[in-house]
Amino acid sequence: MTPVSHDDAAAAFYSALADDDPAELYDNAPCGYLSALPDGTIIKANATFLTWTGYDRDKLVGRRRFQDLLATGDRIFYETHAAPMLFMQGMLREIAVEVIGASGLRLPMLVNALLKRDDDGQPQVIRAVMFDASERLAYERELVSARRRAEESEARVRVLAETLQRSFLPSDIVAVPGLDVGGAYRPAGDGSEVGGDFYDVFQTGPQTWGIVIGDVCGKGASAAVVTALARYTVRAEAMHVSSATAVLTGLHDALVSGYPDTFLTVLFLLLDQLPDGYRLRVATGGHPLPLCRRADGTIETLGYPGSFLGMARTAEISESATLLRPGDMVVLYTDGVTEARHEDSFFGEAGVTEVVGASAGRPAQAVADAVVTAALAFQHGLARDDIAVVVVKVPPAGLGQPRTGPGARA
Amino acid sequence: MLVRVDVDVLTRNNVTVSGQADSQPMVFAHGYGCDQNMWRFVAPAFEDQYRTVLFDFVGAGGSDLAAYDLRRYSSLDGYATDVLDVVRALDLHDVIFVGHSVSAMIGVLAAAREPDRFGALVLVGPSPRYIDEAAYVGGFSEQDIEDLLVSLESNYLGWSSAMAPVIMGNPDRPELGAELTASFCRTDPEIQKRFARATFLSDNRADLAGVRLPTLVLQCADDLIAPDCVGEYVHAQIPGSTLARLTATGHCPNLSAPAETVAAIAAFLDKGPDLASR
Repeated sequence: MTPVSHDDAAAAFYSALADDDPAELYDNAPCGYLSALPDGTIIKANATFLTWTGYDRDKLVGRRRFQDLLATGDRIFYETHAAPMLFMQGMLREIAVEVIGASGLRLPMLVNALLKRDDDGQPQVIRAVMFDASERLAYERELVSARRRAEESEARVRVLAETLQRSFLPSDIVAVPGLDVGGAYRPAGDGSEVGGDFYDVFQTGPQTWGIVIGDVCGKGASAAVVTALARYTVRAEAMHVSSATAVLTGLHDALVSGYPDTFLTVLFLLLDQLPDGYRLRVATGGHPLPLCRRADGTIETLGYPGSFLGMARTAEISESATLLRPGDMVVLYTDGVTEARHEDSFFGEAGVTEVVGASAGRPAQAVADAVVTAALAFQHGLARDDIAVVVVKVPPAGLGQPRTGPGARA
Repeated sequence: MLVRVDVDVLTRNNVTVSGQADSQPMVFAHGYGCDQNMWRFVAPAFEDQYRTVLFDFVGAGGSDLAAYDLRRYSSLDGYATDVLDVVRALDLHDVIFVGHSVSAMIGVLAAAREPDRFGALVLVGPSPRYIDEAAYVGGFSEQDIEDLLVSLESNYLGWSSAMAPVIMGNPDRPELGAELTASFCRTDPEIQKRFARATFLSDNRADLAGVRLPTLVLQCADDLIAPDCVGEYVHAQIPGSTLARLTATGHCPNLSAPAETVAAIAAFLDKGPDLASR
């Protein structure tokens, strides 16, 4: 297009303005104009408003109040919100109302208004301008219903996540004779997404118990599928093989064949009851090593790291063994604990060691809860990752062990 | 009974105390929709003679929104507890309670629970029940109240964006400053809807006959929220109450006709000796 000079544009503007008759501009403006007394009585209305609403000027002016034209819900809103705002701040902006037209039809409008006061500060007249808001209202209703649907859907997802997550953890840790076992879990963030942490405690033989803790990479539905597979594969494998390494090898094979694109870290413990304590075998697939607090207060890590499971064709699984005596305690945890972060520092193994070091004489469940609480407090209450902790404790000698718990199936 | 009196209540309910420290207290309670600024043009007129106490219900104005408890504020009783919390926190006695709109009934409920604290009630535009029932005319149907909730939703989108302060008008006019403009009559839409339900679905007709305090009923002309017949009903049900009709129209005479409102309340209070002899 040909550029128009600044001067030409200004000349065209003033020429158009000169043709605008103010009365005509008022009456046929592309919006409704109303003037009203402070109590709402309409004293002036422009032609646009009358055309939109279908009212005769004579039936409106001096006879009806603005709020009388509103649908009841809007009328209550006007009296309880809009009118107070108008008197208090002298203006209203973008109030959405439905004006009931002469035919009874509801006309969605947006209202801006000013309250003019006289020289003594007394309210004198309300001036309102009304815009047709049919399209906008329909759009807003869509937004409101979309928001409601989103809220409902979020609530459903949360229930789903919580239900799935619960299935990855034992609802009650089975009682192991002569052992005190406790577990604690805290989801990441607000718990609306399923995490990949899991643990389990179960009996594998007359005197043998298995404990597993693991962390599947990723979050959400795909991680949940693998987490369920991992938990039940470990249980199933542990029933027919006798070494901890063999259980994890079975899990690795199941992952590689079924879910080649995923991997996990896992610890598997076998506990064999002996006359003077428990033999503990630890197999590790890339998982943070368990901490062992001995009865004399010394703290050591158990086992060797090994590789992630499900990643390469073959996995390196390391296994080691130790003897747990009365007063000894083993703490298993996921990396949500050690990688709890505040600015540039991590909770780390040092954080766990500190809590475990200060836990002499406390029951296993209390220690598990204390580790979760400390890791959470370290990141100011907002967990970035899931946190799972399992604590196994051989009660000190003289506390009636080995005892037979309700879960013992000899 | 365990009574926890602490300054927390004063912060939680954004309590403002003015006037004469040793004089009889007047407690002004705002109605549904806005906050204590509704009394901005009325309460100062009583500061010479009384100790004036203004506050916001939890969920309104400058109150602590974190203290909003879904169950507590689902009925007017929870709001009456706010009144009693404030009255106890300041250890007030012989309170002249001035309640606008739904707060009129909230005051009736509070006074019934701790009658020893209260000396008189001023009910501005009261309604014990908004919905028509059999021969009783409240002015609304249940559908009307549902429509109000829709109206609140329609004005919900404007809520957050309208929070930006708007500076308008002449500074020497008695309008709100920009900082108050930002929050006046605006609060969390969910809280607003719950307060609307608690207000408009309440039925406190049975509580009126039990009022034993000197009571003034202030009735506006053409009040859509509390029509004339409702004011008459309240007057008839509260034994010995005084009904004063204002020429002011609408539901908020404290804003639209503060001088007339002040005069009517003052005339009632000036009959003090008569009241005391009751």
